[in-house]
Amino acid sequence: MHATTVGEPLVRARGLTKTYGDFTAVRGIDVEVRPGEAFGFLGPNGAGKSSAMRMIGAVSPVSAGELRILGLDPASDGPAIRARLGVCPQEDSLDMEITVRENLTVYGRYFGLSRVECRERADELLDFVQLTDKAGDSVEDLSGGMKRRLTIARSLINRPELLLLDEPTTGLDPQARHLVWERLFRLKQQGVTLVLTTHYMDEAEQLCDRLVVMDNGVIVAEGSPLELIAAHSTREVTELRFGVGEHEAVASKVSDLAQRVEILPDRLLLYTDEGEAAAIAVHDRGLRPVAVLVRRSTLEDVFLRLTGRTLVD
Amino acid sequence: MELVVRQLDYWVTTYRRTWKGSVVSSFVMPLLFLSAMGIGLGGYVDDSSGPRVLAGVSYLAFIAPGLLATTAMQTAVLESSFAVFGKFKWNKVYSSMTATPLRVVDVLNGNLLYVGFRLATTCAVFLLVLAAFGVAGSVVGALGALLSAVLVGLACTTPVFGYSAWIKTDSSFAVLFRLGLIPMFLFSGAFFPVEQMPDTVEWLAYLTPVWHGVELCRDFTLGTASWWPGVGHVAYLLVWVVVGWLWARKTFERRLVGASS
Repeated sequence: MHATTVGEPLVRARGLTKTYGDFTAVRGIDVEVRPGEAFGFLGPNGAGKSSAMRMIGAVSPVSAGELRILGLDPASDGPAIRARLGVCPQEDSLDMEITVRENLTVYGRYFGLSRVECRERADELLDFVQLTDKAGDSVEDLSGGMKRRLTIARSLINRPELLLLDEPTTGLDPQARHLVWERLFRLKQQGVTLVLTTHYMDEAEQLCDRLVVMDNGVIVAEGSPLELIAAHSTREVTELRFGVGEHEAVASKVSDLAQRVEILPDRLLLYTDEGEAAAIAVHDRGLRPVAVLVRRSTLEDVFLRLTGRTLVD
Repeated sequence: MELVVRQLDYWVTTYRRTWKGSVVSSFVMPLLFLSAMGIGLGGYVDDSSGPRVLAGVSYLAFIAPGLLATTAMQTAVLESSFAVFGKFKWNKVYSSMTATPLRVVDVLNGNLLYVGFRLATTCAVFLLVLAAFGVAGSVVGALGALLSAVLVGLACTTPVFGYSAWIKTDSSFAVLFRLGLIPMFLFSGAFFPVEQMPDTVEWLAYLTPVWHGVELCRDFTLGTASWWPGVGHVAYLLVWVVVGWLWARKTFERRLVGASS
């Protein structure tokens, strides 16, 4: 028996706020996570994503506002909530002194699982994250991607209804990232509700059904990746690269070719629905960029539009 | 309590990796100390003014309980300093534990129980070595000394847990070791009666938990234990345990949960 009924949000936050002394990390955000969806917090480092996650993980107390997780109040039902959550922290918190498999069996015991259950689930999960042949190895010998997969396996030991992932692929090489994404996608298909934070727009696009864009502790936009792009950017973007320092001067000569022009230190971005046409028009004006790239708009463009800054700096 | 028991497998699993080394060193350390100081140095002490100052007790029998109490202190500090700090800062084991149904106080108590176990086993082995040297006292005396050693160990454990959760960098341990551990080892009456020292040092020694532990252990192994000052020593050590625990709970909470503002 669970306290939640079908369709009721697994996470419901109203005016959720977190302060540390004089510093306010999260400034009154409203969030709802529905069963079965993959929900993302997208934003740069320091946007308040991890602070929000620690409150949702029923570890860090709420400073102000209202928060319900699985229908329960984290202030009074912390252990009961945490029993039904899976948490994959930003920094791996694996125990280096014990083996890969023991990291799972020992962890399952914290949830009150029997030793037999712990062993069965550990073997299942090692298989799921493709680490079966590393079961008896020391954690220290694992690569970064393997450690992250083991951390994900550990967070699944109690068959959580809600899986929290804080920056799940930060610091991993591209191949390892794709392997993690693929496993998370499988979990999503199995019906596990995912809440993740990321500062990678490609990760948010790959995994999230719905996301909020956070900046400076507030939510600046909310929707599905496609909705956000449609609402805050154009269909295409033409990137022009000129010599260092020339971008400001060139911008004034091409501003009428696009709905919006962004000047970055290393390139110009022309926001337009017809990227190729804009590139040709630039050429017709006798301008000769070092490089031209026409691409579709991404969440990176949405973020740039909303905050005037890039996500990864 | 059930939440504390859930951590048993973790501590058993980690202890299995180190128990052989720790058992061997629990035997070797007292052997070395008792041979060098008790027999080697003790030979001179017993031939000079030792019997007068120590009221007829041999130097070996005098320092044996002192070494037991200071070993408890060293074991306590060993298990509560880098071992605790690392679980906050290096491998984040505590954070992974508090993401589960375990509460901060369960994690703290689970770790303290493990240190209690380490103290009990280390001191029991130590007493076996003392028995081999013939200075462990009667069976009841040895059991009393064991309990006293565990108590003084815990009196050192809980404050150091608090300290390890409070400091920001591991270099702060140097202060604790130089100003706390080493002076207590040398000046808490393990190797000579503190009355030999100037009054200020003598009174500082009375304030340390280790002096009370040394006195308790010595009264038990020499068979001179009495209700007073025995109860006083126990009460004073319990104050250290409790105050240290309260502080540790506070610093653990702050470190793992953050300021509650």
